[in-house]
Amino acid sequence: MRWFLLCLLLLAVPAYAVQPDEILSDAKLEQRARDLSTGLRCLVCQNQSIDESDAPLAKDLRILIREHLTKGDSDAEIRDFVVARYGEFVLLKPRLTPHTAILWATPFLIILAGFIVILRRRKNSGVPAESALSAEEQKALRDLAS
Amino acid sequence: MIAEIGHFALILALAVAAFQTVVPLIGAERGNRQMIAAAVPATLIQLVLVYVAFAALTHAYLISDFSVRNVFENSHSAKPLLYKISGVWGNHEGSMLLWVFILASFGGAVAVFGDNLPPTLKARVLAVQGSIGFAFLLFIVVASNPFARLNPVPIEGNGLNPVLQDPALAFHPPFLYAGYVGLSVAFSFAIAALIDGKVDAAWARWVRPWTLAAWMFLTIGISMGSWWAYYELGWGGWWFWDPVENASFMPWLVATALLHSAIVVEKRNALKVWTVLLSILAFSLSLLGTFLVRSGVLTSVHAFAVDPARGIFILGILCFFIGGALTLFAWRAPALKAGGFFSPISREGGLVLNNLFLCAACASVLIGTLYPLALETVTGEKISVGPPYFNLTFGPIMLPLLLLVPIGALLSWKRADLFAVLQRLWIAAALAIGLGVLLLVATQRGPWLAPFGMALGAWLIFGSLADLANRIALFRAPIGTSWSRLVGLPRSSLGMTAAHAGLGLMIIGIIAITLWKVEHIVAMKPGERADVGVYAVQFVAETPLTGENYTGRAGQFRIFRGESEIATVVSEKREFKPMGTPTTEVGLHQTLAGDVYVVMGDKTADGARVVRLYFNPLVSLIWLGALIMFFGGALSLTDRRYRVGAPKRKLTPAGVPAE
Repeated sequence: MRWFLLCLLLLAVPAYAVQPDEILSDAKLEQRARDLSTGLRCLVCQNQSIDESDAPLAKDLRILIREHLTKGDSDAEIRDFVVARYGEFVLLKPRLTPHTAILWATPFLIILAGFIVILRRRKNSGVPAESALSAEEQKALRDLAS
Repeated sequence: MIAEIGHFALILALAVAAFQTVVPLIGAERGNRQMIAAAVPATLIQLVLVYVAFAALTHAYLISDFSVRNVFENSHSAKPLLYKISGVWGNHEGSMLLWVFILASFGGAVAVFGDNLPPTLKARVLAVQGSIGFAFLLFIVVASNPFARLNPVPIEGNGLNPVLQDPALAFHPPFLYAGYVGLSVAFSFAIAALIDGKVDAAWARWVRPWTLAAWMFLTIGISMGSWWAYYELGWGGWWFWDPVENASFMPWLVATALLHSAIVVEKRNALKVWTVLLSILAFSLSLLGTFLVRSGVLTSVHAFAVDPARGIFILGILCFFIGGALTLFAWRAPALKAGGFFSPISREGGLVLNNLFLCAACASVLIGTLYPLALETVTGEKISVGPPYFNLTFGPIMLPLLLLVPIGALLSWKRADLFAVLQRLWIAAALAIGLGVLLLVATQRGPWLAPFGMALGAWLIFGSLADLANRIALFRAPIGTSWSRLVGLPRSSLGMTAAHAGLGLMIIGIIAITLWKVEHIVAMKPGERADVGVYAVQFVAETPLTGENYTGRAGQFRIFRGESEIATVVSEKREFKPMGTPTTEVGLHQTLAGDVYVVMGDKTADGARVVRLYFNPLVSLIWLGALIMFFGGALSLTDRRYRVGAPKRKLTPAGVPAE
């Protein structure tokens, strides 16, 4: 969010994200445009999607996306088009490639590793001696409980 | 003159911190009573000196002494008093001073309230605190002096960034830092325990309140930041997965894990090595956060330092403490004896899962934040990691954790009967599922995830309350008995119930604003009306606006429900002196059911105003939930076992009587 502030300070263009004149009359197309926009990065503002951004470049991109949508392009086609123009950097959700495999896999590998460690520890420790009660203790416990 | 006193006090504090680090450490090693006893006065003297320095800088801000470069660069004589005070830490040098101010305060608190600690342990803890203080004081004195003078003296200052001129934002750094830096106490205890070679229930009982306090401050600090973002940034977002937010969120996640694992050490003497590691990691992430925010690695408003030398200095501190602590851990941890066996289905087992999921969630935030930097450094390839990544990794990791919270809280220690626990929870489960199904039917067209999320939140709330009802035998015993049982419950258990229920409320708020938000962007002329959700908003008029240090336009809006007017709100566009920086003030009508959120935008060509209208259902629950979590923590902090004090360890032969 603070990126947004920087953006605001640098540009000092008081305008807010999607403007009424940009909105498509077809609600379904407009929703797709919004979904696409939230996944594309505003290149001037660094950490903000073009949907939230007030930068002129973001506005141009929003309009461009809507033009492509009205022409009947699919979401994937539009994304490819924007990436071809601005590079992978523009995607807020990085695609799964050999270079991003670590990024996507690590959180889940940690869970997997955690479970393996927990299971192995259990095997190694075996049946804990301290939890086994002798027959006498069992009886004493029953007496206490009753 | 006063600025020079502040500067001098800082240098003295640096020298005292060096003494505080070295002497008690040697004393503890040799069993020298005098050297051990030096820890407390050294800590308190350092505290006083740092306070003097902080007071000196505050004084310079209050009297607008523009001969001090820091004041000139970040203040303005026309600024309201509140922001003159918050200006002290609203910049790089001042915020580092705040950092050591809070660090010294925590050190002092351990010195004063740590009467029941064994003297050698206390000496070591204070020595480690001293070493952290030394590193950051050295940084301030060498690379980040807040007291540098200017000659000739400028007549007027540059002013504070207007977006920072907001009460919630002005006062969230002290809370965040209190959280970050509070985790240093757990870190110091972990290092002291590693040197000592001993971790036991008493150790965990000493560590836990400090961790809890730090966690509470972090909770409040993070939620204040998000609340500010919500009403100040003007599009109804409340969390952006911004690197600066992530930097504060990671220590929170690990501190949450630490809070839970310390219970296992305290109650069952198990998970000791793991808890020590978590104590180290929690503070390491705080240091990492400080580095990310303060070094300028991430270029944002918060990263004021443009000078890379400073970044490298902080990186050095980071490497020394994290690397040193982990090396010590690798060397000494095997000496800590494991204890307390437990079956997988037990309270301990549940807490292990809690830790696993929280740490994995933290890892997803960490890698998402740092991966673009790392990839660019290694391959030169630039990628972005934004909210969609975190939604797809963090979300699925948190889901099982949240589902398990009510169950885990009911499991008994050592070996639990899962079936019996589920029996006690069936009403809560039925209520939650019922709510989910009801919502699914009611909102057929809406996103299917929403009813599911609502059910999840309800499960957390009802599950916590079911546990409470069970403990006090609600409806099974006369109401008087239930009441006296409720009063008699340990406060830590009430605190847990509150915190878990607060989490449930927060989940409901998050799901509601994420999936049920209503938005209407429209061009309006005075007198016109537009709908948003079940409400209608009328643009009444706009008037010019003059504030203490800004000018602008104010738009009045009436909010209707049906035909009856329920509120009037004002949305402003401000331009701040001296640069004319624009900001927006949101017109906000808040109810528990949801907020009507009105933002006045630009003029269109035909003279109308672009107005952005939102209805954000149940959004207040996010912060209400955070507040309840905070109070849960506070309740737990007042638990009898902390007030009475930890059980005394067997006196060591070299033991020194507490004074």
